[in-house]
Amino acid sequence: MSDLPHIFASRPSRGRFLERATFWVFRLATYLVLACGLFVFGDIVVKGSGTVFQREFPFVNTTFLTHSPESLYVFEYKGQKHEMGDTEFRAFREKEEADAKVAGQPAPKIKTESYVYSAGGIWPCIVGTVLLVVGSMTIALFLGVSSAIYLSEYARDGRFVRFIRLAILNLAGVPSIVFGLFGLAMFVLALKWNVSLIAGWFTLAFMVLPVVITASEEALKSVPKGFRDGSLALGATKWQTIRSNVLPYALPGILTSSILGIARVAGETAPIMFTAAYVVRDKLPWEVDKLGDFFFQGVMALPYHIYVVSSKIPQNEYTERVQYGTAFVFLLIVGLIAATSIVLRNKLRGSYKW
Amino acid sequence: MVTVTPSPSLTSTAAPMETPAAPTKFSVTVPPASAAKSGVATTLINIENFDFYYGAKQALFDINLKLDDKRVTAFIGPSGCGKSTLLRCLNRMNDLIDGTSIKRGSISIRDVDIYGRDVDAIELRKRVGMVFQKSNPFPKSIYENITYGLRIQGVKTKSRLDEVVEKSLRGAALWDEVKDRLHESGLGLSGGQQQRLCIARTIAVEPEVILMDEPCSALDPIATSKVEELIHELKKQFTIIIVTHSMQQAARCSDKTAFFYMGKLIEYDDTRNIFMNPANPQTEAYVSGRFG
Ligand SMILES: Nc1ncnc2c1ncn2[C@@H]1O[C@H](COP(=O)(O)OP(=O)(O)OP(=O)(O)O)[C@@H](O)[C@H]1O
Ligand SMILES: [Mg+2]
Repeated sequence: MSDLPHIFASRPSRGRFLERATFWVFRLATYLVLACGLFVFGDIVVKGSGTVFQREFPFVNTTFLTHSPESLYVFEYKGQKHEMGDTEFRAFREKEEADAKVAGQPAPKIKTESYVYSAGGIWPCIVGTVLLVVGSMTIALFLGVSSAIYLSEYARDGRFVRFIRLAILNLAGVPSIVFGLFGLAMFVLALKWNVSLIAGWFTLAFMVLPVVITASEEALKSVPKGFRDGSLALGATKWQTIRSNVLPYALPGILTSSILGIARVAGETAPIMFTAAYVVRDKLPWEVDKLGDFFFQGVMALPYHIYVVSSKIPQNEYTERVQYGTAFVFLLIVGLIAATSIVLRNKLRGSYKW
Repeated sequence: MVTVTPSPSLTSTAAPMETPAAPTKFSVTVPPASAAKSGVATTLINIENFDFYYGAKQALFDINLKLDDKRVTAFIGPSGCGKSTLLRCLNRMNDLIDGTSIKRGSISIRDVDIYGRDVDAIELRKRVGMVFQKSNPFPKSIYENITYGLRIQGVKTKSRLDEVVEKSLRGAALWDEVKDRLHESGLGLSGGQQQRLCIARTIAVEPEVILMDEPCSALDPIATSKVEELIHELKKQFTIIIVTHSMQQAARCSDKTAFFYMGKLIEYDDTRNIFMNPANPQTEAYVSGRFG
């Protein structure tokens, strides 16, 4: 006691030790998470940017972004090493053969190694993913917001509503592959939609529906009761009140939650692999004969493409480029869509504040 | 049960507000001869044997009350005595609460039973407006706040809306303060202005009755006196029923006062009588500040 300089001096004790120890456990846990995140993102960005960007003008690898996937041909010819995509290689070979003919020589033998999907680009996947996200989010928002309105504004709290809430909660915990199988059984087979955009839309929409409903309900509940009462007391009907004096204010909150939904919808592979995704498809989605066909065609999609190029073909340095390039573009697109919704949300939030 | 006694003040002439108030035997001052207008008031709202329940809990017991047309009636009483409940019954806002029921009695406005089978609560609320304790301007512009009720009814003509905005804001004594910022948010106004905005929003749909549930409880004395002045103006056109915890306010604004206790109507009379000469000892105890 007496060897302490003053009464407030720190005394070693079990409590103080525990305090420091727990603090460090929490801190290290956070750092670990951060490190993992940085490692994953860093890895994708570093390796992926090599595919997406290039040294020469226009600095962006436009082929990668705007072409369909092609096989890559790697060969040595006249002492030079070449890497060419399908189309380029065919043109090259024809030219060489023609040259040889002119020179009266036998057609040259070009010994190649080829790698599928390792050349060309991922344009159809980008298009497919954007279509899947837009369509399924539209469906999910419509269904989700409608049922949230019903549950929180119209339905009387009773056993039935509690049962629905429980069901929704459970739905949120269902693995995405199960949604994929559901989509296969329901939309692809029973409704005979085949592997199609619309089957993918509904499957993905059902997957994010629980999130959208729960979040929309929260957002609706956060709108002060006074706005509803004020509107009703002016002789508005319930729907008029909701439409013009509740929903607009809940929208920012609903959008916030949909941002999470967007990332999930864009990223999930399991729900679309049986319902909407093709390994490869030559035609772009708008190349259809009649408008009706648009909904009933399968598409390529980024996450599924990553899956295909990482697990369905032999791995080597060439396929790695596509894998990382696709992952990088994928992150960019999800980021872009999310950023758009954030901007939209903030704009809405700015105009409705209380 | 208290019988409604014919009041002498109904036939007396109106006294301007500025006349020095006569001291009462209590701390409350009442303007002489109340502030009643000349002429005999007619009954607008008739509440008969009214029992009201929240679920199994009875909140109102056998209420009998006749409210005068184009007069201000104050509801007073200790917290939880059912003032707001009765007020909300008058425009059927209680319909929106789960489990409420009326087991007996009726409320009629202009001899129409408002809980009758063919009565549309939406139509009723257009004629019986309400101003809430916590001012609740919508997070929209002042202009949109005022025109909300009309837009709901499908009025779209700009000139008509403009006209109503000016008329209502003038009616709520707010025009001069906000005429240059009609398109700014209603939430940018001060608390008192917000409450007057809510009043303006209510009168924009030209109701017959305005219900006010403690409209000044969140306001400072100056804002309060503005609203009270406004009430004086409004009663030329509207029937006003005001719930208040302020004895002074009831005394200053109202022509008649109803005192409630534990869900029952204890006494209903001219405001002057309630404050200066209450018939019931409970009323006397309450208005003199001995309980509640
Ligand atoms: N939504 C409700 N559900 C159940 N009971 C309620 C509800 N609203 C009010 N009550 C009950 O009804 C009774 C009367 O309430 P009311 O709000 O009418 O009182 P009040 O006189 O307005 O009180 P205050 O002066 O505090 O506003 C109270 O006992 C209250 O607990
Ligand atoms: Mg109340």
